[in-house]
Amino acid sequence: MNLTIREALLAFRRAPLLSALSVTTIAFSLFVVGLFGLVAVNLQDALQGVAERVEIVAYLLPGTPIESITLAEKDIEAFPEVHSAVYVSEDSALARARAELVEFRDVLQELERNPLPASIEVKLKPEFRDAEHVNDVADRLRGFGFVDDVRFGRDWVEKLDRLRQIAAAVGLVVGAAFAVVAIIIIGTTIRMAVLQRGREIAIMRLVGATNGFIRRPFLLQGAIKGMLGGLVAVGLSYGAYTLINRWLIQAAFFSNVQALAIVGFGTLIGLFGSAASVGRHLRRV
Amino acid sequence: MIKFTNVFKAFPKGGLALKDVSFHIAKGEFVFLTGHSGAGKSTVLKLVYADEPVTSGEVRVSGFNVAELRPRDVPMLRRRLGIVFQDFRLLEDRTAEENVAFALEVTGARRSSIPARVMRVLTQVGLAAKAQAYPRELSGGEQQRVAIARALVNEPSVLLADEPTGNLDERATRGVFQLLRDINASGTAVVMATHDLDLVRQAPYRVIELQEGALVYDSAVDEPRDQAATP
Repeated sequence: MNLTIREALLAFRRAPLLSALSVTTIAFSLFVVGLFGLVAVNLQDALQGVAERVEIVAYLLPGTPIESITLAEKDIEAFPEVHSAVYVSEDSALARARAELVEFRDVLQELERNPLPASIEVKLKPEFRDAEHVNDVADRLRGFGFVDDVRFGRDWVEKLDRLRQIAAAVGLVVGAAFAVVAIIIIGTTIRMAVLQRGREIAIMRLVGATNGFIRRPFLLQGAIKGMLGGLVAVGLSYGAYTLINRWLIQAAFFSNVQALAIVGFGTLIGLFGSAASVGRHLRRV
Repeated sequence: MIKFTNVFKAFPKGGLALKDVSFHIAKGEFVFLTGHSGAGKSTVLKLVYADEPVTSGEVRVSGFNVAELRPRDVPMLRRRLGIVFQDFRLLEDRTAEENVAFALEVTGARRSSIPARVMRVLTQVGLAAKAQAYPRELSGGEQQRVAIARALVNEPSVLLADEPTGNLDERATRGVFQLLRDINASGTAVVMATHDLDLVRQAPYRVIELQEGALVYDSAVDEPRDQAATP
């Protein structure tokens, strides 16, 4: 094992340029993947914020007894999709309107009769905030006798749904494409390292080294290159994030786990890339 | 030790590199493998260390049936052999000592035992003083001695030498040849492929001659050449 580490590290010293090239190409491939990841993370965050505001409002017929409402509120809260159901009385609706619609304060002030109906505002649990479930819950709310009307941004919910699906699909396809590119590039740079050391490998086999023994330093070397590439990619992404944050928009960065996943992904790519090229070389000679 | 029985070897692109070659080399023997370039000397050696597959026939080396050897057993066979080439095949970025130690390291030898074993063989080939030198700092003869030390460090039962003196001047050739004789005298079988007939005449060793892939003369079996030539 000591020998494996020594040989793997020796390769960096013997071919610093080639090693730097490998690390750089890996870093940039992962950086592109990382940028798309960053876009995905931020889009997800933004959609999350929007989705939290998805609300269904059931307007109640005037004169509905408060006991029925309280009962209904309990029933609605017991729906598996529902996160919360809150009763808003006519008075508090008016108070809220006065507070929120400052421009119309005067008009609202002079009203003799409160025109606003009482309502129950229903929020869904995060996993049910899609068109299908919203429609479903709205239908059930309509079933209550004292519910006059049910409102929710139907188009809006459906558009949000589509946007979410498109974002996920694009992220997946682009990410996969760049991951493949990264694997090919890493395979190629490791292959160059293998060819560069072809003589040495031939001598190793001549004196009775097993394929496993020959392979191990290359695998370790590939994994180290992939890991360094991943670290550089996270660094570059952080740089890009800082710039975007300062000049363009308020954005979020990867969580520690996500950053670690990028480095881990780089390590795996390095490992598989080198395994493929060393394996091919050893089978051929 | 090494036994060829009706061995054929086909070139990948057609034609035969070896035609029906049979011989037996015993433990501790010194054998010259002679013939013109392309006669099949190197091919015989490559079959012995399983660098090329046998087309047909049987090749046995130190208890291994080479023709039926699984790829993962090839390293085990090579650890029983020492191999030396005309072009030395040393690693340029390692010292003489490291080149020799390398052969022990790849076989998984105990690390603590390596330095002493390396020094012992370097002393045996007369290069103990140049253990720290890189190949480019050594003469051709010295580089070949390092290669021989590397071949010996695993204590092989056979040393295969493919034109070991081909790149050396006369003085270095004599030195390396004497070293091979000394190694043989201490019990290791030596198979030396060469087309240097002066060298062959110098010593009373067995000669196997190949011509266009066929074994045409074996001094252990056939009558001595001189008598055969003069009836």
